[in-house]
Amino acid sequence: MTPTIEARGVTKRFGKTRALDGLDLVAEPGQVVAVLGPNGAGKTTFVRAVATLVRPDRGSLRVGGRDVMREPEAVRRMIGLAGQFAAVEPAMTGRENLEMVARLFGQDRRSARANATSVLEQLGLTDAADRLVRTYSGGMRRKLDLGASLVGEPRLLLLDEPTTGLDPRSRIELWDAIRSLVERGTDVLLTTQYLDEADHLATHIVIVDRGRAVASGTPAELKRRVGGSVVEVHVRHRADLARVASAVGGLDHGEAQVEEATRRMSVSVEAGTDRLMAAIRAVEAAGVEIDDVALRQPKLDEVFLALTGQQLDETAQPAPAKGAA
Amino acid sequence: MATISLGAQRTTDLWTSTLVVARRAVLRFLRTPQLIVLGTIQGAMFLLIFRYVFGGAIGAGGLRYVDFLVPGFVTTGVLFTGMGAATAIAEDLEQGFVDRLRSLPIPRSSVLTGRALADTAMHTWSLAITVAIGFAVGFRLHGSVPDALAAFGLLVVFAFAFEWLFVTLGLIAGTAQAAQGMALLVFPLTFVSSAYVPVDTMPGWLQGFAAHQPLSYMVDAVRSLTQGPAAQTVLGHGAGFYVLRSLLWAAVIVAVFAPLAVARYRRG
Repeated sequence: MTPTIEARGVTKRFGKTRALDGLDLVAEPGQVVAVLGPNGAGKTTFVRAVATLVRPDRGSLRVGGRDVMREPEAVRRMIGLAGQFAAVEPAMTGRENLEMVARLFGQDRRSARANATSVLEQLGLTDAADRLVRTYSGGMRRKLDLGASLVGEPRLLLLDEPTTGLDPRSRIELWDAIRSLVERGTDVLLTTQYLDEADHLATHIVIVDRGRAVASGTPAELKRRVGGSVVEVHVRHRADLARVASAVGGLDHGEAQVEEATRRMSVSVEAGTDRLMAAIRAVEAAGVEIDDVALRQPKLDEVFLALTGQQLDETAQPAPAKGAA
Repeated sequence: MATISLGAQRTTDLWTSTLVVARRAVLRFLRTPQLIVLGTIQGAMFLLIFRYVFGGAIGAGGLRYVDFLVPGFVTTGVLFTGMGAATAIAEDLEQGFVDRLRSLPIPRSSVLTGRALADTAMHTWSLAITVAIGFAVGFRLHGSVPDALAAFGLLVVFAFAFEWLFVTLGLIAGTAQAAQGMALLVFPLTFVSSAYVPVDTMPGWLQGFAAHQPLSYMVDAVRSLTQGPAAQTVLGHGAGFYVLRSLLWAAVIVAVFAPLAVARYRRG
């Protein structure tokens, strides 16, 4: 079958910066691919290249078998794009926004109206449909933006950091909306800085750093390499850290990471809950006073460390707000 | 989705996409009343100041100053209104709206043609308001009505021409703030012209520029069409002379800036 996206050695420079530096990525039909990486890794540039907004300098990039540089119109007919900034018109209603995009997709008035109505319903925006977008919350705008990328009934949906900057509740709502799309059979390429987001939504994860793909696989495969979860112990007295590290660190194949400043030690484990119990017992046996023991998902920097053996570049730490390159 | 369709199989035609893009720009304008009200008040204030504060000190040859001023004022108004286009297009770039449009299967130029169409419509509206204020402060026609209508038509043509200059500025600027700064370039163009004072009252070195720059021809075209024979005595040439030259200038502006805007836009 023709891959949805086939990128080979895609390179793009902006001045002296190499935003993409020989990126390879293949997305097959039926997959939801998450491009995971820190700020400045080239995620957004890659999405913009797939969306025909940026021309790669070198390499080849095909969407549904069509070359983005030679046949950009054919590519645009297959894709729907929702960006980091909610590109909806605040002075128009939700419905008007969707109808506008549908009309630009070449639909006549009637099917534009019908499609807008069904997308509004699908995203739970029916009640707000006839209000000006100006009055929408950030989460609603983001949903509408997602809706705008849907009214054209695209084969491939491109979502650039769909939940960056949203509050936790809107984030989960948007995840639900994206998941229901996936169930309907839309292929998705999304970028994110958050491992949990990639884990929730994607069937495949491609980790990028400095314009290259550094690792890829299903979430399960990557977790096997990283360790599925992390046991973190927060001790009361800094002096106890070493003792806890040796007690808990021996639990699994992972190496204990000690953070003196925050009085925490963490170790990645495969079978989370079993190990958590064991960790608590180990801490108890060591007779150490603790503030907290927790089981959590590995953070992006831990994934990087495990997969690449490298610390994440300090200058490229994930930031909470918008603005990735 | 409820409806099952194969989606658009080809690029949406230029006309439809231009209209859809233009509709959005007009709605944005109409639903932001601050823009309309402030713009109108600002225009009226300028006109009142020139008419009643400076006017008494400015001699306009054989014409009443208000009859001399209003054609100049209305014509330069095209530039002041046009500054908004630069800001608007820069905003669309900044806020990702242009990205959305560029990722759609529409002719890329429709983003610009839609903007130009919408702005020309908005210009027509604001021209009508300015003309009405002009009449209210004492401006009168001394030529035929068809000539006056032709003058109004010319103004719309000028607005369309300058639109491309502002679209280019907006695309180059990239941010709304920078666009606003760049658009301030209209001040020398409007003031060093025949719009507010007769050019022969300026120092010689300035006259060369003031007399031959596009805006002066445009102002004098409108002046001679609305003021009849009196204008010819003051200006030195008949209406045809100015109309022809102003239209040539308009054509030159479009020929230079429309391709520049399109090229800049395609580069992304």
